[in-house]
Amino acid sequence: MYIPKKHEPVRIGFYICHCGVNIASMVDVKEVAKYVGTLPNVVVSRDYKYMCSDPGQEMIQQDIIENRLNRVVVAACSPMLHEQTFRKATEKAGINPFFFQMVNIREHDAWVHTDRLEATRKAMALARAAIQRVPLHKPLEVKKVAVHPNVLIVGGGIAGIHAALVLANAGKRVYLVERDPTIGGHMAKFDKTFPTLDCAMCVLSPKMAAVGSHPNITLWTYSEVAKVDGYVGNYKVVVRRKPRYVLEDLCTGCQECVEACVYKEPKFRDEFNLGLGKRKPIRLPFPQAIPPVTLIDPETCIELKSGKCKKTCLEACGDRKAIDFKQQEELREILVGTIIVATGYQIFDAKRTPYYGYGVYPNVYNALEVERLINASGPTNGELVMRNGQVPKKVAVIHCVGSRDENTNRWCSRVCCLYSLKLAHLIHERTNAEIVNFYIDMRTPGKGMEEFYNRLSEEGMMLVRGKVADVYPDPTDGTTGRLIVQAEDTLMSRILKIPVDMVVLSVGLEPHPDSDKIRRLFNMSCSSEGWFLERHPKLAPVSTFTDGIFLAGCCQGPKDIPDSVAQAGAAAAECFSLIDKGHIEQEPNTAFVVEKECSGCKSCIPLCPYTAISLLEDKKKAYINEALCKGCGTCVASCPSGSIVQNLFEDAEVFSEIEGLLAPVPV
Amino acid sequence: MNATPKPTNGSWSPSLVAFFCNWCTYTAADLAGVSRMKYAPNIRTIRLMCSGRVDPQFILDAFSKGADGVLIGGCHPNDCHYAEGNYKCLRRFRLIKRMVADLGIEEQRLRLEWISAAEGEKVKTVVNEMVDQLKALGPLGIPKQFAEWDAEMTRLEHAAQTSQSAESEVAHA
Ligand SMILES: Cc1cc2nc3c(=O)[nH]c(=O)nc-3n(C[C@H](O)[C@H](O)[C@H](O)COP(=O)(O)OP(=O)(O)OC[C@H]3O[C@@H](n4cnc5c(N)ncnc54)[C@H](O)[C@@H]3O)c2cc1C
Ligand code: SF4
Ligand code: SF4
Ligand code: FES
Repeated sequence: MYIPKKHEPVRIGFYICHCGVNIASMVDVKEVAKYVGTLPNVVVSRDYKYMCSDPGQEMIQQDIIENRLNRVVVAACSPMLHEQTFRKATEKAGINPFFFQMVNIREHDAWVHTDRLEATRKAMALARAAIQRVPLHKPLEVKKVAVHPNVLIVGGGIAGIHAALVLANAGKRVYLVERDPTIGGHMAKFDKTFPTLDCAMCVLSPKMAAVGSHPNITLWTYSEVAKVDGYVGNYKVVVRRKPRYVLEDLCTGCQECVEACVYKEPKFRDEFNLGLGKRKPIRLPFPQAIPPVTLIDPETCIELKSGKCKKTCLEACGDRKAIDFKQQEELREILVGTIIVATGYQIFDAKRTPYYGYGVYPNVYNALEVERLINASGPTNGELVMRNGQVPKKVAVIHCVGSRDENTNRWCSRVCCLYSLKLAHLIHERTNAEIVNFYIDMRTPGKGMEEFYNRLSEEGMMLVRGKVADVYPDPTDGTTGRLIVQAEDTLMSRILKIPVDMVVLSVGLEPHPDSDKIRRLFNMSCSSEGWFLERHPKLAPVSTFTDGIFLAGCCQGPKDIPDSVAQAGAAAAECFSLIDKGHIEQEPNTAFVVEKECSGCKSCIPLCPYTAISLLEDKKKAYINEALCKGCGTCVASCPSGSIVQNLFEDAEVFSEIEGLLAPVPV
Repeated sequence: MNATPKPTNGSWSPSLVAFFCNWCTYTAADLAGVSRMKYAPNIRTIRLMCSGRVDPQFILDAFSKGADGVLIGGCHPNDCHYAEGNYKCLRRFRLIKRMVADLGIEEQRLRLEWISAAEGEKVKTVVNEMVDQLKALGPLGIPKQFAEWDAEMTRLEHAAQTSQSAESEVAHA
């Protein structure tokens, strides 16, 4: 292996990538290579079809050895994609990886410009900036930081559950934090799931139970993350545990307290059943809830409101002593190395599309309510009876409610066509009702989904292609609340007015209203719609821009259960890969103080957000603790005597880049 | 000293130097690329880890080397990857803005924008808007001005030297 000597003159190799035609069609790569070849210190300058391919990397390595290169510049895609690839390639050939610099001429040039000459000139300027910069580069070493093996998972829907089990089964300690009193998420509300039409709880409840009893999982329901500090490998997290007024360790889940409550009949809005049923102040959210621990609602419990109840629940609980009216909110602090965010979605509020009459006409339901109505453990024990006590004979299912619409949400929610078909099938199965589906486009991508659609459409449901414009009461109907659905059938070019007993709105999926707060908590980014942003849509679909924090399920965007589970497995594997390696390599772009130049003015000290800077009292000089410095460079820019240096972003390096960018180019 | 880039087809076109933070604005520019949005090719970007790294000297240096405009892009308030680098940047920006005005450089030539990783569209609009403004303002031409000042200085120095030697001659006499 060739190892360059210390004070050898700078010898740069420059490589420009065609990226197939992605770059080459807008940038004259040959011309750029020719120009760069004329610049000082450049020994070789080449263009190649795919620099990131093995032959591309081998070409660099061979040149390093044969031409004794000690600096490498590659002009290709964004450094976010391949900076690491090329650093590794140069390192393998024996030179320090930080003697490499990447120039972004794809995302920042070829893809965003339309004038080939201007794009070529820009590529030349950007390349020159790097060529002027690299001679100043110093050899740097990557720091290793240990990764704490424990994992935090936020959100206990199917995605969070699956990720927790994968990690716990591999022997990792998992903290699963769920905001609701039970895990299960949306899936726990469904009767059956597309495309297999298997019972949702039959698949889900064994997984929920496994989470509840797993020795490696600490399950904190009715809890929220309050604070996150630290960085990949070492996150300090504070979790707020709301009081249930029932002690988890002591409650056996017998529900005798519920039976004994002074309210003989359930009287209050049952959140789990979306208000379609009633509950008591003390209750279990649903029969298979995990943990199987009751909780008391302080808003409706007489004792908690006024202290004047007979407390028959307490009596019924007896020696188990599980009920504790004095329970307080608790803060728990944990240390984890990696975090998976799996907070899911909320359904679109159909009141925002008033023309469908949701919340006005009692026979208009959203799809999730219908899931509960046909669920055997739902408020009607699986019988589809409407609010007026009747079983519908004709039902309209309206697709794309709140989706693919400039006025509400622009995206396709991906699952609504399929669950609409599922619900149409299930409603028909339960009631023998005639079903009309109104769709804009029938979207059934995914394995087995088109077959599912074909199978169900042959069952004889009516499918109308057209957007529903209005839902209003049938003027000829007296008391039953029958409705008219008015739509344009765009295939037949005619206006339809169909009387129905029940309307089902296939509401879309949207981000939680507090997604901005959650995003800040974990230092993630959001797309403009509010879905959490993955690091790269194809190459890093479950990573975020913050190392050690991963995404799974619908919080990243609408998707079905199979995809949520697949993502959860991927996120678990990402955590696993960090934990098993045991350490992470940190960019050496930290700052240090050049002592002899520091005047001891202390102006840098309060600027550092990580309190990495302190004053060496004996010398009266500032000192940066490298382990704490994250490399933002804020202190560097503020030091009046210019005595702080940031590795990889030294003043001289940036100045040389500026000069290179503005130098005249030959074309 | 470098000259402003040579005009391509006889007409002048502005140079815009940008300093983008790695986590938001640089990523947004990547997104603009992936989404194949189109914007003016005059922008030349330097990647820094955080807008807090932008040293006022970088801005002055860019102007002095021929930039007609300087754009700084960072994360939105509260979103900085390093908690508050963008606030430090903003504080410094206000000072430098005044300084730049004192130097007679038009206000529109220096701009700070918060652009999140999802706002590829904003990269496009901000760059296009700024390039249009720079086109309207015309070349800043600081390198040329510097060259003139340099010439002036040499002239003055020369004059001083001759008068000094004349003085010393007088003293000797
Ligand atoms: C009506 C309807 C029917 C559907 N039918 C099907 C079907 O048949 N087949 C199919 O494949 N898909 C179906 N889907 C899609 C399916 O619901 C999703 O794919 C799946 O639920 C996604 O799981 P998740 O874990 O990502 O999110 P969720 O199920 O939403 O779970 C997220 C969990 O995180 C918790 N949480 C949220 N915020 C926080 C926080 N800040 N802190 C802690 N915890 C938090 C929530 O309480 C919840 O428990 C349907 C969707 C709808 C609306
Ligand atoms: S304290 Fe009274 S109201 Fe409250 S849960 Fe117990 S019995 Fe019911
Ligand atoms: S570079 Fe940033 S993190 Fe490092 S010491 Fe300076 S202010 Fe602190
Ligand atoms: S990281 Fe973007 S402004 Fe600090």
